[in-house]
Amino acid sequence: MISVSNIRKSYKDTEVLKGISFQVNDGEVVAIIGPSGSGKSTLLRCLNFLEQPDSGYIKIGEAAVHAKQSNRTTVNQLRLQTSMVFQHYNLFKNKTVLENVTHGLIVSKKIKKEAAEKKGRELLKQVGVLEKENQYPIALSGGQQQRVGIARALAVNPYAILFDEPTSSLDPEWVGEVLRVITKIANNNKTMLIVTHEMNFAREIADQVIFMADGVIVEKGTPEEIFDFPKQERTKQFLREFHRNTSERMDAVYPMDYIKELVQ
Amino acid sequence: MDIDFRYVLQIIPELLHYVPITLYLTVVSMGIAIIIGVMLSIILVNKVPVLLSLAKVYISFFRGTPVLVQLLMIYFGLPQIFPVLNEVGAGVAAIIAFSLNTSSYLAEIFRAGLESVDKGQAEAATSVGMSYAQAMRGIVLPQAVRNALPATGNMFIGLIKNSSLAFTIGVTELLAQGKMMASANLRFFEAYLAVGLIYWVITFLYSQLQGWYEQRISKAYVT
Repeated sequence: MISVSNIRKSYKDTEVLKGISFQVNDGEVVAIIGPSGSGKSTLLRCLNFLEQPDSGYIKIGEAAVHAKQSNRTTVNQLRLQTSMVFQHYNLFKNKTVLENVTHGLIVSKKIKKEAAEKKGRELLKQVGVLEKENQYPIALSGGQQQRVGIARALAVNPYAILFDEPTSSLDPEWVGEVLRVITKIANNNKTMLIVTHEMNFAREIADQVIFMADGVIVEKGTPEEIFDFPKQERTKQFLREFHRNTSERMDAVYPMDYIKELVQ
Repeated sequence: MDIDFRYVLQIIPELLHYVPITLYLTVVSMGIAIIIGVMLSIILVNKVPVLLSLAKVYISFFRGTPVLVQLLMIYFGLPQIFPVLNEVGAGVAAIIAFSLNTSSYLAEIFRAGLESVDKGQAEAATSVGMSYAQAMRGIVLPQAVRNALPATGNMFIGLIKNSSLAFTIGVTELLAQGKMMASANLRFFEAYLAVGLIYWVITFLYSQLQGWYEQRISKAYVT
């Protein structure tokens, strides 16, 4: 399981995370939602120490780190428990699609090249970009790049996958295919944390929804509790704003029926 | 007008014997400069305390003073202070001066090259379990090299020509030989023209080689 307690993080004088605690069970899918600047992405990046938290305790799978006593070994242990899917894909530009998936396996997990390539091809097939295996990232569409990013994250077989706004920089036409792949992984009981602005998607896929604002967790619960019966005024306000600003556009692109269809 | 082109062609084979010395000075200096430059650039990028200030002073000095002054200082000046350096030959002194001078430029070129690689590349490498060294070697450096290559090539071309300064401390390289032949035959224009043509051909061939290599390593970045 994942257990996070009292994470704090400041940049200069601004406190971005003001004591975050939550738990995730094995195989659970957690959606983290909230307004821009609420600290969602920073929280996710603290979980694998891309940002060093100032204080707090993180336990993921086998590894545990107290932020104040972290050292290179404990941080590396923690990083091996997760892998991340980035908003801007961050595919290795100097590597082919297949190498993007296998490079981590070969250099950090010391897996033989042939075995890594076999696994890499399997994963590329699973996300539907096998035919691009010898292309470089620049030749791929956003949706294809992000699916390779997901295959790369799966390849190292981590305890959990961290998705940092995986569809936010995609053209609308590619969003569906990426959400479909994420759904498929969720259905395989992979533990996942997803920072997202796709509310319909979050509602359908998540076991637990965390609503963050101003560096704190305002409310957490099942999708029904958060989306249908929010208790906190801040949550209600966010959802109201969200629906008013985006419902027409969002529903045009990903109507609820479509999302439901994806999830099945 | 009295230009003897036949004489130019005639002395070129003789001058070509000294091209290996010019290339030796250039290539060895460049090799050492790259090693020092890489170390300096890593200090600059990671802002290593104390070393950062030293690196900055080093870079500022070697970029801020003429290479000829550095050459004369190292060959004639330093042995006066450290007599043991009297043993150092002119060729070695020239290599030291060119290496130090070029490394200070390369440090900045490499720093810019490293910083031009999107931070997300290293983050992605880290997130799939690579160490700093593994991420540098497999992901960041290959991209930084590509970005730094054109400017580094310019430095190399500059160094080929700057190596002619070694003649001032008595290294018989291409220019020194040309000068001797010029004084012997009193055909100054022809002799220096021949020398110039040889430098031109060398740098031209090198540019072709670099162009080919740049294209080769760019295939991942163009559709």
